[in-house]
Amino acid sequence: MGKTIVEKILSHASDNSDASAGEIVNARVSFMMTNDAVGELTVDAFEKLGGIPWDSARIAVILDHYIPATTEDAARTHKLLRDFSRKHGMHLFDQTGVCHQVMLESFVSPGDVVIGTDSHTCTYGGIGAFSTGVGSTDGAAAMATGKIWLRVPETIRVELIGKLSPHVHPKDLILHVIGTLGADGATYQALEFSGEGAATISVSGRFTICNMAVEAGAKAGIFEPDNETKRFMAERGREGVYFKSDPDARYCKHLKVDLSKLGPQVSCPWAVDNAVPVEEVQGTRIEQAFIGSCTNGRIEDFRTAAKILKGKTIHPEVRMLVTPASQEVYMQAVTEGLIETFISAGAIICNPGCSACFGGQGMLWEGEVCIGSHNRNFRARMGHKNSKVYLASPETVAVSALSGKIEDPRQH
Amino acid sequence: MSTINGKVWKFGDAIDTDIIIPARYLILPLDQMKHKAMEPLRPEFAAQVSKGDVIVAGKNFGCGSSREQAPAVLKELGIRAIVAVSFARIFFRNAINLGIPVIECEGASAKVEEGDDIEINLSSGEVRIPKRDLSFSSSKLPDFLLEIINDGGLIPHLTSKGKS
Ligand code: SF4
Repeated sequence: MGKTIVEKILSHASDNSDASAGEIVNARVSFMMTNDAVGELTVDAFEKLGGIPWDSARIAVILDHYIPATTEDAARTHKLLRDFSRKHGMHLFDQTGVCHQVMLESFVSPGDVVIGTDSHTCTYGGIGAFSTGVGSTDGAAAMATGKIWLRVPETIRVELIGKLSPHVHPKDLILHVIGTLGADGATYQALEFSGEGAATISVSGRFTICNMAVEAGAKAGIFEPDNETKRFMAERGREGVYFKSDPDARYCKHLKVDLSKLGPQVSCPWAVDNAVPVEEVQGTRIEQAFIGSCTNGRIEDFRTAAKILKGKTIHPEVRMLVTPASQEVYMQAVTEGLIETFISAGAIICNPGCSACFGGQGMLWEGEVCIGSHNRNFRARMGHKNSKVYLASPETVAVSALSGKIEDPRQH
Repeated sequence: MSTINGKVWKFGDAIDTDIIIPARYLILPLDQMKHKAMEPLRPEFAAQVSKGDVIVAGKNFGCGSSREQAPAVLKELGIRAIVAVSFARIFFRNAINLGIPVIECEGASAKVEEGDDIEINLSSGEVRIPKRDLSFSSSKLPDFLLEIINDGGLIPHLTSKGKS
């Protein structure tokens, strides 16, 4: 019986060289990441376990959620994490960007097993790594031992055929998949995106797609690494191990998506699986537009949005926030003149980090509506419990910012 | 500890971790943070919950962020167990790691009411409301997870093993 890419990676990383879905393996971790939203609890648990890291060179502490510190509590957490990572000689990323973007820029390679104390750690499947989010206690145990017990997940195969139409983006695909599967449709399972259409999606788009796998409850999202992946890795000077699923691998479910038939999608409040074609919510008034986050805060997303905004001004009753996912993205956007485009259009540029995604900036008041390129529209996450958040592609966000209402990017 | 008795707090489907503890409070020390538990949905919850109470909920309890603060605030407030139709994966692991019994029970959510006195037998997986003569079966946790819960969570479990 053939194996899925996830079974192969977990076999490679454990002493069970023939691991199949349903079995529990004790996997060796390639990298472990924690951040300032949960780091204090992780450190606490880690100290209780004896406080000795398994390998400091493979542990990253990333300050991104509350950067720069806006409250004394944030300052306390940051000080604690800075001192902690320096004491142990771990990698510290302070004011560098969102944890997942930083991990992809700095460490992760195809075939790796990466554990992070953040649910969107599943992003790294975009380059064919197995990565998943855990809580602080599991994270602390991985920090101390370099291992984690995992049940090898069954895999849902999402077969992609065709090619996305103009104005339709990887974000639209993943919103559609989550809408189809439901918020718990892939719980405990992995989502594998393959088929001829997969090759037409850029590495950046693959990160967007895998990032949101957890919004269907999945443990991991993954693409098979290919030539696109090789190019991305070569730019970073890293290599990795390229696993692929066998043709006779066993899947627990198949889903087929014809990319060419897909239109722009929007997730409506207050659930990510509440995804509808943009036509259904077109005309909804907005007060805020947000482009950023580990889902869609990369240079490709900025280029898409800037193309729409160039030479135009956002609606006078809309405030627009643009947050680069990392310093590297920020610098590139400056070089390409994208930041100038955003400022001229009337947007405000926030520092790299989680920003409005997390309600760290750009909070909403009662009845206010935001459309954002991020990944969660849960009630109260971005402010008042009676505020509303819609999720969409950066292009849909940009056209909506111009008109003050949710718009269909195909009509612009 | 294999039988748990407590008063029920009833919740619906898809209670996400931003409801259990909104993002903006994660940075507070735990003894302050706990007062904000469930605030967007039931602002009275944190003040009125009593030690030993049990949560009964619908599908996909604890979905969303991996924040371990979510089960941690419930534990701090004295929640003794959580019964739900299903749990999100990370929340399930986090709760066990903190020593909170999480019981997947298909039938309870529809019939159990707020304020009911509930009885949960962890070894047999039986969930009962004795006063109303209701009984439901649940998926029993595997022994190695029950052991972690019995030890009070993963850390005491690992360190007590380490010592013995
Ligand atoms: S950008 Fe948003 S989803 Fe991504 S790590 Fe930060 S808070 Fe989480």
